[in-house]
Amino acid sequence: MKGFFAFVRKEFLHIFRDRRTLLVLIGLPVVLIVLFGFAISTEIRNVNIGACISGEDISVTRLMDKIDRSEYFTFKGWYSSGQDIDQAMRRGEIDAALVFSDGFSAGLMSAEGSEVTVVADAVNPNNASMEVMYLTNIIYGYFQEEMSGYGAGGASLSPNLRMLYNPQLRSSYNFVPGIMGLILLLVCALMTSVSIVKEKETGTMEVLLVSPVKPIGIVFAKMIPYFVVSCVVLIITLLLTIFVLHVPIEGSFFWMILVSLLYIILSLGIGLLVSALVKTQIIATLIIGMVFLVPVMMMSGMLYPIESMPYAFQLIAQIIPAKWYIEAIRKIMIEGVPFIYVIKEVSVLLGMTVVIFTAAVIKFNDRIE
Amino acid sequence: MADNVIEVENLTKKFGDFTAVDHISFEVHRGEIFGFLGANGAGKTTAMKMLTGLSFPTSGKGTVAGYDIWTQSELIKKHIGYMSQKFALYSDLTVKDNINIFGGIYGVPRKEIRLRADELMERLGLVDERNERVKDLPQGWKQKLAFLVSIIHRPEIIFLDEPTGGVDPAARRQFWELIYDVVDRGITAFVTTHYMDEAEYCNRISMMVDGRIEALDSPSALKRRYAAESIGEVFDILARGAKRTE
Repeated sequence: MKGFFAFVRKEFLHIFRDRRTLLVLIGLPVVLIVLFGFAISTEIRNVNIGACISGEDISVTRLMDKIDRSEYFTFKGWYSSGQDIDQAMRRGEIDAALVFSDGFSAGLMSAEGSEVTVVADAVNPNNASMEVMYLTNIIYGYFQEEMSGYGAGGASLSPNLRMLYNPQLRSSYNFVPGIMGLILLLVCALMTSVSIVKEKETGTMEVLLVSPVKPIGIVFAKMIPYFVVSCVVLIITLLLTIFVLHVPIEGSFFWMILVSLLYIILSLGIGLLVSALVKTQIIATLIIGMVFLVPVMMMSGMLYPIESMPYAFQLIAQIIPAKWYIEAIRKIMIEGVPFIYVIKEVSVLLGMTVVIFTAAVIKFNDRIE
Repeated sequence: MADNVIEVENLTKKFGDFTAVDHISFEVHRGEIFGFLGANGAGKTTAMKMLTGLSFPTSGKGTVAGYDIWTQSELIKKHIGYMSQKFALYSDLTVKDNINIFGGIYGVPRKEIRLRADELMERLGLVDERNERVKDLPQGWKQKLAFLVSIIHRPEIIFLDEPTGGVDPAARRQFWELIYDVVDRGITAFVTTHYMDEAEYCNRISMMVDGRIEALDSPSALKRRYAAESIGEVFDILARGAKRTE
């Protein structure tokens, strides 16, 4: 046991002597939170918009005023034709445009109805679909208001979209659990596996195996410091989330921490498993990066919703630990549901932890012989 | 028994059909320098792994430092020291850190580590470098330090796996002086090397060919027996019959 503690102390020394890496580990969540929270945003802002209509239409003019007043759009002016709009878009003057049919307001009252075409620059398809959605909402909202006085049937056609849980449609709400899933995996899995494999590379593992410290003691001693670092990272992330991004923690703080600790342990297990399988730091880094980090970013629902993926990818997403963690945290943190609703996610994480640790320990013992 | 720190009888290790170590038997006397020679692939490393408790033999029996290699490998590990050919040290940590870590792993009390380290560093001329990071030390000093940490817990036997690889001739000679110094204080040295001139420094040497020990005696007796000028020549004569190549 004495040897074990000497070993844990050594692992802390490695971390503290290597200030730069420590700084990266602590700095990373800060940078990511700021980036995702403020800079990289899936919200649209400052979209320049044009419009085209033949003749005067007071109600359309008022609509354009309303659009201009919204924080997302800036009304750039009137264009005479569809071709004109096309030119403006190419010049980069406008990102989207509304083309109203002739006699628009009058048409609305008549049986034929009238048309408005929403044109968007789809070079960035994500932005385009978002712009179209926002614009449609504003238009519907406007005409619903306008026509409510007439009691016409048209008003009832407008879809009633409501944004739950994130009424301001703030994307940082969604990103925080994702960032937590990513950073914790990075710190735990990557750092542990690299640090174990490094001992193999430099030959110190050989010397340690000849010493009275038990092999399994060596790896558990390695996990302790990274567990501590992960907890620090977790706390920093949460503080930034609450005080800088102003994301409210709706649910139980206690359960959120507990689920995070489970995920940290799971990630440490992944690190251990990888280190038992490979011999060099480069390969360990590549495996963690390609097999674990990239899927976390692409397929855990952090950036893109799982529901909109092809079926095969949806299936793959089910075996990504981060997916379950992110889902559980979203539920607890943003939806504020009681623990009972995340039991499924937590059970899956728990099961994965047991499987990964068992595999890692078996593999590790195999390798020693 | 009391005079032998290692006793091995018919030690064998098989990996599937391949017999890496084939019924080797030998003794190492307390306080001697025992040279363990053989070409690459002759089975030196495998034999050494069984002696240091890293792997179990397929058959045969043996004791190291008086403990059975089958049942008491944990006790063996406490009583031996090991220095690998890579001078395995933590290069991001200081000289002092490294000494503390390895002393701590072997359960040497903190105060005792300091006393022994001071004494050993003085002897090795490492006192001024104690707070330097290991990666900043020249190769020869790393070797000295690796040696120092491998004996910090005062083992009965020190296993040195090609301890002079990659070091210049002057440093190699100095290093052998260190080995003599340690052996004078009652530690037994078990050395593998592929420098045949170094074999002459050993009290007795064994030569492994194809998993078997083909010869075991003092260097001078071996030279006499094979009518050879040097140990290198003896080795060439013995290795000629080798079937295994790298």
